[in-house]
Amino acid sequence: MTYEEALFYVIAAITVAGALGVVTARNVIHSALFLILALLGVAAVYVLLASEFLAIVQVLVYGGAVTILILFAMMLTRVRDIEGPLDGPQRPFAALAATVFLGTTVLAVTQTEWRGETDEATVVTIEQIGEALFSTWAMPFEIASLLLMVALIGAIVLARGEEGE
Amino acid sequence: MDDLNLLGPQLALLIGAGLIIIVDLLLPIVSRQAYQGRLPLLSGLALLAAAGSLGWSLALVLTDERGEAFDGMISVDDFTLFFNFLFAAVAGAIVLGSVDYLARHRFQGEYLALILIAAAGMSLMAAGTDLIMIFIALELQAIALFALVGISKNESGSEATLKFLLLSAISTAITLYGMAYLFGLSGETSLDGIASYVANTDENRSALVLAAVFLTAGLGFKMAVVPFQMWVPDVYEGAPTPITAFLSVASKAAGFAVVMRIFLAALGEGLITTDWAYLFAAIAAVSMTLGNVLALVQGNIKRMLGYSSIAQAGTILIGLAAVAAEDPQLLLGTSSVVFFLGAYAFTNIGAFIAIIAISHKIGSDQIADYAGVAKRSPLLAFALAACLFSLTGFPPTAGFIAKIYVFNAAVQADLVWLAIIGVLNSVISAYYYLRVVLNMFARDPETDEAFTPSPYLGAALAAAVVGLFAIGIYPTPLIEASESAARVFS
Repeated sequence: MTYEEALFYVIAAITVAGALGVVTARNVIHSALFLILALLGVAAVYVLLASEFLAIVQVLVYGGAVTILILFAMMLTRVRDIEGPLDGPQRPFAALAATVFLGTTVLAVTQTEWRGETDEATVVTIEQIGEALFSTWAMPFEIASLLLMVALIGAIVLARGEEGE
Repeated sequence: MDDLNLLGPQLALLIGAGLIIIVDLLLPIVSRQAYQGRLPLLSGLALLAAAGSLGWSLALVLTDERGEAFDGMISVDDFTLFFNFLFAAVAGAIVLGSVDYLARHRFQGEYLALILIAAAGMSLMAAGTDLIMIFIALELQAIALFALVGISKNESGSEATLKFLLLSAISTAITLYGMAYLFGLSGETSLDGIASYVANTDENRSALVLAAVFLTAGLGFKMAVVPFQMWVPDVYEGAPTPITAFLSVASKAAGFAVVMRIFLAALGEGLITTDWAYLFAAIAAVSMTLGNVLALVQGNIKRMLGYSSIAQAGTILIGLAAVAAEDPQLLLGTSSVVFFLGAYAFTNIGAFIAIIAISHKIGSDQIADYAGVAKRSPLLAFALAACLFSLTGFPPTAGFIAKIYVFNAAVQADLVWLAIIGVLNSVISAYYYLRVVLNMFARDPETDEAFTPSPYLGAALAAAVVGLFAIGIYPTPLIEASESAARVFS
């Protein structure tokens, strides 16, 4: 095992631990903090793949902006700790389904020959990303801006009351 | 400019949406009074956008403009054009069907704009030939639909929105996971690239099957087939009725369009075709049976149509299951699905608009309260009965031809058992569809007060009913359109 591989497994373990923390923490603020950990772990994976730009975006957007937004939403809506169990009698079935799902995915992923399995990571520069984004991918990029506008309108419609003008 | 020309039908819808929002914003500054009476202006703009989109699609057909646009992100072919027509027409009908509802609510501009944007998103879903493009279009219409489902702020509406939002987010994640598999295997996001990988490989079958399963699960939410149908009854009941109609027709058709595009264009050749054909056959059988059995016991007509739409989705899936690798069957199975979606659009829009008109007047969604509607409003009762006959599959309606078409495809593909299940289910469905008809015609109403639908609803309903009889009596044009749409994949 090379040291990069060892590093990857450490990072992966931290990411998974963070993700588990999100769903098991009783305190929603703790959940949000665990989420930051998991998202930063993903950023670290990007660094390992020599995609620093993606890593920076991941930290800025997900690790920073998104989680801060979640924390603000919690603060403003004054959520309390979750009391009592969130699950019902379907727990054993869910456990069974999740295990089968995990087993199948692990089997399929390990048996598969993935495209681009090499020891060398391809380095993609910011210039290349920028050019691709505004040439080949210009159309989805534009639609994404439309999507944001729809989300804004939707948020206003859902947040404002029916009465009054 | 050629690219923009090909994108015209969607652009017309989006420009209409933009205009509506701007007018809605500026009007109160100009005149308070004009703002109060803005509904006819805004609905007119929305109808104009839908008509513009239809006209542009027609122009593309007439000038024989086809091709890929925007670096292979979308492809404008007969398949895309068919769905352009379908979504623009459905959007227009929904706008007409919403006027009465909007007159009693605020957010009129936002509502109409979101309908148009959602229709444009669905149309882009059908046109997309790249996974990224398809995904963005999928999200675009999903976010517009969230807001539309939650636009009325009552309790069942909020519950419906939350359910819809959460389950939709999960299904999106699953779809994306499936797409990630395809990208990981082929190194391509374009459907062509994936197709050439799938056609030339005899390895990695398990991962490909898994990708197909994830995509089916994620997009099954859109198509509303069992076991991804949990959201349907609650959301259909809680959403404003015109939006329910929009979900049950346009959103479902968009789901089928994407499934056809991805499965036929990218996963259509090679080893795994038979795998997903079996998967679809199983889902079709379960959806039809469960949907129909649960529809039997519903007292609320919107919930009944919700379960019935699950059963109908199962019937449509028979056509996809019948696509078993060989060319003649590919054509028959695919064109039967496209035809069914067209016929179903007329039928279900008609049924929902009739329900909007009737429920608004009698003040109830309960089937029991539909007693004697025929005596109070014979035309409305006749229109609803025609739509329900078409949903059951009686001649001479569109539903009859559609069902024969799909069952024929199944039989030709050696799926006789599936066709038999389909026929048996049609018999079951006759019971609950005809119960409504019986209630309307054979019972006496509590009051004899006559009523008529508003002119907007009347126009939309007349178009739907004329359409469903026209297709039922002379189906050739729609069959030809479906076949040329299906030929894109052969």
